[in-house]
Amino acid sequence: MSAPGAALVAPAEARVPAGTGERFRWAVTDTLTVTGRNLKNYVRIPESLFFSSVQPVMFVLLFRYVFGGAIHPPGHVSYVNYLIPGIFVQTVAFGAVATSIGLAEDLQKGIVERFRALPMARSAVLAGRTVADLVRNVFVVVLITGVGYAVGFRVQTAALPFIAGLGVILLFAYSLSWGFAVIGLSAPNSETAQVMSFPLLFPLTFASSAFVPVQFMPHWLQGFANHQPVSVVVDTARALMLGGPTASLVWQSLAWTVGIVVVLAPIAVRRYRRRS
Amino acid sequence: MPSAIEAHDLAKTFKGGVRALDGVSFTVEEGSVFGLLGPNGAGKTTVVRILTTILRPDSGSARVLGHDVAREPELVRSLFGLAGQYAAVDENLTGRENLRMIGRLNHLSRPVAARRAAELLEQFHLSDAADRTLKTYSGGMRRRLDLAAALVASPSVLFLDEPTSGLDPQSRIDLWEVIEGLVARGTTVLLTTQYLEEADRLASHVAVVDHGRVISQGAPAELKATLGATVLEIGLSDPGTAERTAGALASISQKRPHVVGSSVEVPIDGGPRTAMEALRVLDQHDIEPVTFTLREPSLDDVFLALTGRVTESEPAEGSDGADGAERAVARAGARR
Repeated sequence: MSAPGAALVAPAEARVPAGTGERFRWAVTDTLTVTGRNLKNYVRIPESLFFSSVQPVMFVLLFRYVFGGAIHPPGHVSYVNYLIPGIFVQTVAFGAVATSIGLAEDLQKGIVERFRALPMARSAVLAGRTVADLVRNVFVVVLITGVGYAVGFRVQTAALPFIAGLGVILLFAYSLSWGFAVIGLSAPNSETAQVMSFPLLFPLTFASSAFVPVQFMPHWLQGFANHQPVSVVVDTARALMLGGPTASLVWQSLAWTVGIVVVLAPIAVRRYRRRS
Repeated sequence: MPSAIEAHDLAKTFKGGVRALDGVSFTVEEGSVFGLLGPNGAGKTTVVRILTTILRPDSGSARVLGHDVAREPELVRSLFGLAGQYAAVDENLTGRENLRMIGRLNHLSRPVAARRAAELLEQFHLSDAADRTLKTYSGGMRRRLDLAAALVASPSVLFLDEPTSGLDPQSRIDLWEVIEGLVARGTTVLLTTQYLEEADRLASHVAVVDHGRVISQGAPAELKATLGATVLEIGLSDPGTAERTAGALASISQKRPHVVGSSVEVPIDGGPRTAMEALRVLDQHDIEPVTFTLREPSLDDVFLALTGRVTESEPAEGSDGADGAERAVARAGARR
């Protein structure tokens, strides 16, 4: 084997970003590089591709055709119209588990160790992970819109409020990614991260207004179901897509989104720094 | 000569009270190869993780090219390349994608990162596999890519954490040649290994690490000299005869004879005179040696003399890589 010569790249020199401008530029390009890497991973691991594409479609079909006939939403809303906004939120919430699994796996396999020894921005590992999850959620939301239309979902308002509804959902999903990042950074491996995520996820998604009107739930559950963030975001999306008063709900959704990021992102960052 | 790497009294205790490092100091001259040699759990990887800014020591300090790793970690990270068991490559990316990613994260421009990746793939004979994901790579190919990844930014200091553990003998020799080529170019290399043959072949300076301490250091030749003896190696027809020979030769040296397969090794002080005595003893016992050699002691013998133990793994650090069978192969190789 021949000795590698240095033809293109001059020997590395001691180099730190010159000023805040360059520091910021590096942080952005590093985040994009890590995001690209994470997205390639999502596409190339069959399980994760299944998780983010086939599973949401199965949920649509399950609730539309198996359970849907037994559920009668209040007012004159058809169940398929009631369902799809809920499916959007449930799917992105489930998708947040991928954040925790992905981070736990990177820690476990030593990828993070490699990143830590590179002159890259420290923030890029977590930012690249959550941004990749956001991109994946955009894909998932578009997919469900298509499938929803195929099974009879029709927007009752207009294009703009519908897109605003998707925006609220995607922002909420981004905040959940930070929350689940904390789990991924606390778990010893990806399997444990998954096991730790679901007990949190199930009550949040199913004890909510996503699939069944809260008024049909037992009294003791209604208190939780009415006030937890998934219900708030589902109700917001429904109002924006099907009609009804929206202003207060939009503010509540955004408050939850910002609140989750403000509380949990610093915890995630601290866990990431400390874990070595 | 200026020093490229300095470690001063590094200490580290992990949660649960495992004292991984207990005051490790050494200096690596610029352009030399420094070997940290020791069994599993000795603390070698912990030293590398501290020097590469991944881990903070509890006490002590370290410098890379004059820059303190704790005070200027960001700058230090732009100076070295790291390859090894802990710093992984992404197995779902292709070889080319991995190298380009590392290049981009070293802030090479997109076209330069791409050209550098192509260049390294070519040099490491990975061009044919460049666009396959790492899942399809053999162990040797993976290690070559790992090493290539460490070289993307042309660092002048290279940390190689057990670069050949778990490799078959041919891949190991291939990788040694690559490392020798880098050294010829002036790169400073710190490598950890539990393969004595590897330190002997590559390193100009060796520190033997055991239980988080440097128990001896010097040039491989100096280390061997600490044994102050030659080793008499007698090859026999079968292991049974070897056992018998070891028993017969017990009285000729202060050190005990060692049976390795069907040969016997005895560190001796008297040189040829003792060798002649050994021949007489063999003759008295009607033992006919197949080979009869006087050789310089290997690093394996040095470790035995320093610690009273053969180089066996300990569970403490746990994840140092190679399993028992591989180590056995390495030991057999080291005794050649």
